[in-house]
Amino acid sequence: MIRIRGLTKYFGTHLVLDRVDLDVERHEVVCLIGASGSGKSTLLRCINRLIEPDYGEIALDGVSVEDASFGKTGLQRRVGIVFQSYNLFPHMRVIDNVTLAPRKVQRLARAAAEARALEVLALLGMESFAHAYPEQLSGGQQQRVALARALAGQPDVLLLDEVTAALDPELVGEVMAAIRGLKARGLTMVIVTHEMGFARGLADRVCFLDGGRIIEEAPPDQLFAAPEHPRTQAFLHRLLEAGRL
Amino acid sequence: MIPKQPDTPPPPPRRRGFDWRTALVPGLIGAGSIALVFGGLAWLVSQNENWPRIQRQFFSLDHMLAALPRVAHGFLTNMQVWLIAMLCIGVWALLLAVIRSLRGPWFAPFRLMVVLYIDIFRGLPALLLVILFGFGIPALRIAGLPNSGLFWGGVAMVLSYSAYVCEIYRAGIDAVHEGQRAAARALGLNEWQVMVYAILPQALRNAVPSLMNIVVALQKDVALLSVIGVRDAVREAQIYTATTFNYSALVVAALLFLLATIPMARLADWITHRDRVKRLQMAG
Repeated sequence: MIRIRGLTKYFGTHLVLDRVDLDVERHEVVCLIGASGSGKSTLLRCINRLIEPDYGEIALDGVSVEDASFGKTGLQRRVGIVFQSYNLFPHMRVIDNVTLAPRKVQRLARAAAEARALEVLALLGMESFAHAYPEQLSGGQQQRVALARALAGQPDVLLLDEVTAALDPELVGEVMAAIRGLKARGLTMVIVTHEMGFARGLADRVCFLDGGRIIEEAPPDQLFAAPEHPRTQAFLHRLLEAGRL
Repeated sequence: MIPKQPDTPPPPPRRRGFDWRTALVPGLIGAGSIALVFGGLAWLVSQNENWPRIQRQFFSLDHMLAALPRVAHGFLTNMQVWLIAMLCIGVWALLLAVIRSLRGPWFAPFRLMVVLYIDIFRGLPALLLVILFGFGIPALRIAGLPNSGLFWGGVAMVLSYSAYVCEIYRAGIDAVHEGQRAAARALGLNEWQVMVYAILPQALRNAVPSLMNIVVALQKDVALLSVIGVRDAVREAQIYTATTFNYSALVVAALLFLLATIPMARLADWITHRDRVKRLQMAG
């Protein structure tokens, strides 16, 4: 479904992504792991063109993401993203956050957009907060609203950029449970995460990035139990020592 | 081992009774010291040999009452110009700020125009602009354009103040976190929609305290229009002074200005304070 070839990105003269190849099948969940600065988030943001890569290409169902057929918003409609810091609009109620894109981008009538929004909010257990403002919610609740906002456009792919990294530890569970629910519904996801337990339990495939390259790529049980590349071993060893594995 | 917990927590502490001493003594000392200092100053001033003349020239009650109706009528003009100019500045400056914040390459010439506009109008004294517009443009006698100095003076005020207000708006726009823009773009909103639905509502809220200061400043700067013959409070007072050689009319105008600006300043303080409290709560 997603096909990435030779993706390369410099920030100034610093090489962030180095000829990355990656394929993601429909209904597949791929986790990207690696140390800070390894290029995982940049890779993710290239997929929906929040960042423009310098070289290489990304195709969605065989069509390049730069293709004119996507128009101005077609790509964003098919690829949703959720950020580490939620980035909900603080001046809008939950329901308005979730219906903004369906109403303004997809030109849905308000009633239809709200019906769809409530459906998605219910899926994430947030329908009773539809008329709250984001700042009245806990971090975990805000992140579930952010998930709902990304899903309201009915994307084919969801990108998650360290969505639990800003949460208090006791709130991580509810967001992870929500994401597991999405996997059960067959959503295709590319997930950047520091939570190895999460990656292990959820992913169909785990990619380990280091220095802007995908160094090792395997099903989670294999990658975590018997990593082949020395740098993957070193990374997992460091996590183990830090008590994060 | 878990220590044995007592069955009930201790009762809430007894409320301390009202203590006259702690409540009153600081207040009394404060009032006393204010009376002493201000009384001393008043005594010094009134002992000055020139005081009776100053009083006659500036604080003559008869002249004040005689001048009040005209000055008050002029002040009404001030208030009208202030209100209309405020609205025009609010809209015009917002437009400038939005244009300046748009990022697409097609907007480059418009961004440049706004930058030049700000450089020019912020760099020129408002007084010069008022004279240039208020006398200059009516003197051209171009058919179809209004000929009133009041109108063109008002335009000069709007152009000058908009340059400042534009920068205030822009600071408010810049203060909105970059993640908000990323989130809005990732939802597929175009640049204009990102601005209108995601950025501006937050930017305006950021800008309110600074805008309030501008509102207060504008309220008194409207008096600049008096130099081009607009019969505002200052002009009316000057006319009265010119015929009577007594300056009490100007003091009346001064009092009227204070009457209007001090409540506005308090309101601005209050809004700023409320905003600060809200932000602190959010940060906590």
